[in-house]
Amino acid sequence: MPDILKGLWITVQATFYGSLVAFALGLVWALLLRSPSRWVTWPVSVVVEFVRNTPLLVQLFFLFFVLPTWGLTFAPLTTGVIGLGLHYSTYTSEVYRAGIDGVPPGQWEAATALSLPRRRTWTAVILPQAFRRVVPALGNYVIAMFKDTPLLAGITVADMLFQANSISATTFDYLEPITVVGILFVVISYPTSLLLRALERRLVR
Amino acid sequence: MTSALWELFFKGLWITVQLMVYSAALAAVVAFGIGLSRTSRLWIVRFLSGVYVEFFRGTSALVLMFWLFFALPLLGWQLAGIWAGTLALGLSYGAYGSEIVRGALQAVPAAQREAAVALNFSPWQRLRKVLLPQAVPEMMPPFNNLLIELLKGTALASLLSIGELTFQAKLARLSTGQSAQVYGIILVLYFAVAFVVTRIMRLLERRAKASVGRAVPKGEGWFSRKLPVEKQGPEALATGGKP
Repeated sequence: MPDILKGLWITVQATFYGSLVAFALGLVWALLLRSPSRWVTWPVSVVVEFVRNTPLLVQLFFLFFVLPTWGLTFAPLTTGVIGLGLHYSTYTSEVYRAGIDGVPPGQWEAATALSLPRRRTWTAVILPQAFRRVVPALGNYVIAMFKDTPLLAGITVADMLFQANSISATTFDYLEPITVVGILFVVISYPTSLLLRALERRLVR
Repeated sequence: MTSALWELFFKGLWITVQLMVYSAALAAVVAFGIGLSRTSRLWIVRFLSGVYVEFFRGTSALVLMFWLFFALPLLGWQLAGIWAGTLALGLSYGAYGSEIVRGALQAVPAAQREAAVALNFSPWQRLRKVLLPQAVPEMMPPFNNLLIELLKGTALASLLSIGELTFQAKLARLSTGQSAQVYGIILVLYFAVAFVVTRIMRLLERRAKASVGRAVPKGEGWFSRKLPVEKQGPEALATGGKP
């Protein structure tokens, strides 16, 4: 049990840092995809589609085995965070897109009428309104990411599943550790999703 | 890359496709079963199906798969790897799918339901002749997303060492040492399957919508971010792709 809790801490860390990467990178994708130039949008959408439509586990393996051959050696957890963040950024970009599309057109027109520069329009008018709408949806991806962290066990990150496996390997008891891990997942993700639903009701009327 | 290696990949690809088809079939059964139960008149049915959904959405598919493969034998059942994988994927993605079914059924205009009642249809006739024909086209785009998720989920089964694509890649990597190439190739293979699946699902969606008299304009291009549906704005927020 203490080992599993140690794993839980790693799991939480991976989720937290992975979310940060995903939120930031997702916004970058979303903004790039709104570029007027096809030379920007086309390659970006190919990359996003590719990352989105291939398994996270394989992406993790790719990063884990390939980055060192390019001379980039990271701790497994860092590799995992990069993989999780990259993968989920392609989902969060979609959330941002919907959030930005949801800002009423009148807001754009008002910004034009005030002759705000482009950058100010984004930072002072559009994004603050878009963020309000995207918070609950982003939260859903945090939960999804939390549930995907067991994949990191595949690249030797000592998360919950990894700990459960190593316990099982020494005690030959598979039932208990894996059941405990499964229950911990439900115990954490279900209340979180209830919390998000409450938040959603408050933010998006 | 030798031809033997390619043979290995295609053998893996075939198992991946099989695994996807089986678990998609199971997921569809679960999705409709649970989705319909959640609209039941009996509170106990609604409650139990709700518990099912929250449980399977709350836990990780990989942990579930491990549980079925490693822990279940201790309770007396030994599942072959591919069936443990099918069961885990089918049960958990079915839970996501049931929400799609429920949402689509609830999105059918209430007047349609009332009209069916007025025509003295039995509940079963109402469902089969009025509600489902209108709800199914609505389900197609989210089902497409879910199917891609499922395809990606099949990679998890490599950790149960059933010989699907990701597992074969591991073997290939161990024998050649060319990580970048091996994993690059199978990423492309997964993408190719996902691409084909998306095309087929969009075709089915167009057909389903045409059959209820709602033709869909063609999508804008192969990598278009816009779905060929009117799925823009706030309601896209709720789904955003992954369930």
